[in-house]
Amino acid sequence: MALVEVSNLTRRFDVSKHLLNRVIERLPKSILTAVSDVSFNIEEKTVYALVGESGSGKSTIGKIVVGLNSPSEGSVKIAGVDLSRETDAAKVDVTRSDIQMIFQDPYASLNPRWRVRDVINEPVAARGGDTTGLAERLLEQVGLAAEDASKFPHEFSGGQRQRICVARALASEPKMIVCDEPTSALDVSVQAQVLNLMSDLKDIHGLTYLFISHDLTVVQHMADRIGVLYLGRLIEEASPEELFSDPKHPYTQMLLEAAPKMDGFGREVDPPKGEIPDPINPPTGCAFHPRCPVATAQCSAERPEMRQLRNARVACHVTT
Amino acid sequence: MTQTLPTLSIRNLTVDIPTRHGVLRPVDNVSYDIAPGEILGVVGESGAGKSMAGNAVIGLLNRPAHISQGEIWHKDQRIDNLSYEKLRKLRGKEIGMVFQDPLTSLNPLLRIGDQLAETMLAHLPITKSEADARAVAALEEVGIPAAAERVGSYPHEFSGGMRQRVVIALALCAEPSLIIADEPTTALDVSVQAQIISLLKKLCRERGTSVMLITHDMGVIAETCDRVAVMYAGRLAELGPVRQVVGDPRHPYTEGLMGSTPLASKGLTRLKQIPGSMPRLGALPSGCAFNPRCPRVQDACRVDAGPTLGAVDPRAACWFPIQEDV
Repeated sequence: MALVEVSNLTRRFDVSKHLLNRVIERLPKSILTAVSDVSFNIEEKTVYALVGESGSGKSTIGKIVVGLNSPSEGSVKIAGVDLSRETDAAKVDVTRSDIQMIFQDPYASLNPRWRVRDVINEPVAARGGDTTGLAERLLEQVGLAAEDASKFPHEFSGGQRQRICVARALASEPKMIVCDEPTSALDVSVQAQVLNLMSDLKDIHGLTYLFISHDLTVVQHMADRIGVLYLGRLIEEASPEELFSDPKHPYTQMLLEAAPKMDGFGREVDPPKGEIPDPINPPTGCAFHPRCPVATAQCSAERPEMRQLRNARVACHVTT
Repeated sequence: MTQTLPTLSIRNLTVDIPTRHGVLRPVDNVSYDIAPGEILGVVGESGAGKSMAGNAVIGLLNRPAHISQGEIWHKDQRIDNLSYEKLRKLRGKEIGMVFQDPLTSLNPLLRIGDQLAETMLAHLPITKSEADARAVAALEEVGIPAAAERVGSYPHEFSGGMRQRVVIALALCAEPSLIIADEPTTALDVSVQAQIISLLKKLCRERGTSVMLITHDMGVIAETCDRVAVMYAGRLAELGPVRQVVGDPRHPYTEGLMGSTPLASKGLTRLKQIPGSMPRLGALPSGCAFNPRCPRVQDACRVDAGPTLGAVDPRAACWFPIQEDV
C-alpha cells in the first residue's frame, strides 16, 4: 500500500478584496485555485518529486501533506489516515509525528534565540518524550559535532543550518519528510553535500521523501518518481529516466529544452513563449494551451484527464 | 599591444574593508579584460567576491569598502579614481547595470516609461518627446507586448520576467559599451530565465556591447559566455575560454565546482562533493585559500604566499594544476 495517497486534491484561496471595497468597486469575489484536482501516490521508502515553476502549487501540496493547510476538496491520506477529517485525536497525533518538514530557507526556519539542542529536541519534548543525548546523536549523524548542540543558529553557515533542520526533522523518527526546496538557498558545492546526506539518511532510516523543487537537475538526481505541475495541475508523472529521455507533455518538453546544459556551449535555444497565466482566471480547457505549440480546438475546450502513455501518466489530448 | 582596446580592463584590483578586527579583503589582486562584444562570466559561490568586483567597477562600493590597490580602465579612461560627478556621467551612459532583483531596481512610484525617458534624458542629447518615443522602442526591443500601452504602467503591474526585461531596457537605453549583469536570472523561473538570457545575448550581439555576467549557475555560464573567470575567496582561481574551463578545468576548485552540480554527476548515485565550505574572509588559511578543501594539496600550498594566475599554469592559479595528459 502506498504511504501517501493524494486523491483529487483541490485547494482554493480567497484572495478577494475586503467586502466593503468589493461592494464599492463592484468587483466579484476572486478565488485563486492553487491546486486543482491532483492525484498521486507515494510508495513507502521512495522519493517522489514535485517540480514546477513559481505558482504551480508545489509548495501548497507539500503544506497540505504535512497538515499545515487543509484541502478544499479531495483528500490526502497518510498510511490510511486523512489528517483533515480524522476525528480520533490519538491517531492524528501518531500520524503527525510520522511526518516532518524541511523548509527552503535555513535562516528563517531556526529560532535565533534557541540553542541548537532545544531546536532539535522540540518535536520530541513537545510530546513528552525522552530527549537525553538525542540532539548530540542526531548532530553527529548529519555531519556536525556533538558540541555544536549548545551553540546558537547564527554560529553556523547556510549548509550547516540546513543540516540542523535535517536533524530536527529526524528527531521524532518520522516515516516521511516533506522537503520544500531544501537546497535552493545553498551554493552548489554545499548543495551536493546536503543532497548526499539526505540520500544516506533515507537508506539508514528507511525514509520516504516528498521532494519539492524547481531545479530539474536536482530532481533528476534525487527522485524515484517525478510529478510535473503546471498552474496547480499535475500534467505528467514518470520515472526520472522516462521523463528525461522521453518527455511526453509539451510543457515538460519545453521545460527540459529551456534548462541550461553544461555542455551546451553557445547553444541557441528558441526560448519558450509567454508566461504562466493568471491562476485567478486560468485558461479554459488545458491550462497550457495558450502557450502550447501543438494545441488543437479540443485543448481550449476540454480539460485533459490523466491517461497512461507508455510508462508515464500524462494529461494531454494531443501527445502520443 | 593588442589591436583593439578592451572595453574594460581590471588590473590587480584589490578591495579592502577595514573593520575593528582587521582588514578584510573581499577582492584580492584580480586582473581581467573584457573585449568589445565579449561576454565574460564570473562564477563563484557566495562570498567569493564576484559581486564586490562588479560593484567596484561601477563605483558602487559602500564605505568602508574601498579599492586599495589596482586600476580599472574603461577603454582609454581610468575610472577607479574618478570624481563622483564624472562617475555619475559614466554610469548608465557607458556602463549599464542589471541587478538580481528586478523589483527593487525599479522605482515603484514612477511609470516605467518615465524611468526610461529619465535615463535617456540624463545621458543623451535628446528632447523629452524623443525620449518618450525611444522608451516605447526600447520596450519593444526587449520583447514587451503592446509596449505603447504599457509605458504608462507601474513596475508592480509587471511579472518578474517582464520587470527584468524593463531593467534590461533601462540598462541598454543609453547604449552603453559594457553591461554588468549581477545574477540577472537567479530570481526567475527556468523558462523565463531562458527568455532573458537569449534576449541579453541577442541585444549584445547586435550592438557589440560587452557583458560581465555574474552568476553561480554553471549551465547559464556554459551556454552564454565566451570566457569564464572562476573566483574563490576573493581571488581568481581560473580564467579561460568557456569550453576549456568547463570541459577541462585546471584548478581543483573549478573541477570540484563543476563536478558537484547534479548536471555533471548524471548517472551517479552520489554527487561529487567538495568537503567543507568557503573560509570566512576574517579567517583565510595561509597559502592558497583553497588548500584545506583541496584533494591535491601539498606542502607548498600551505606555506607559500599563494599561487597567482599564470605562475605555473597560464589559466589556473594553482601550484599543482590538473594536467589532462598525466
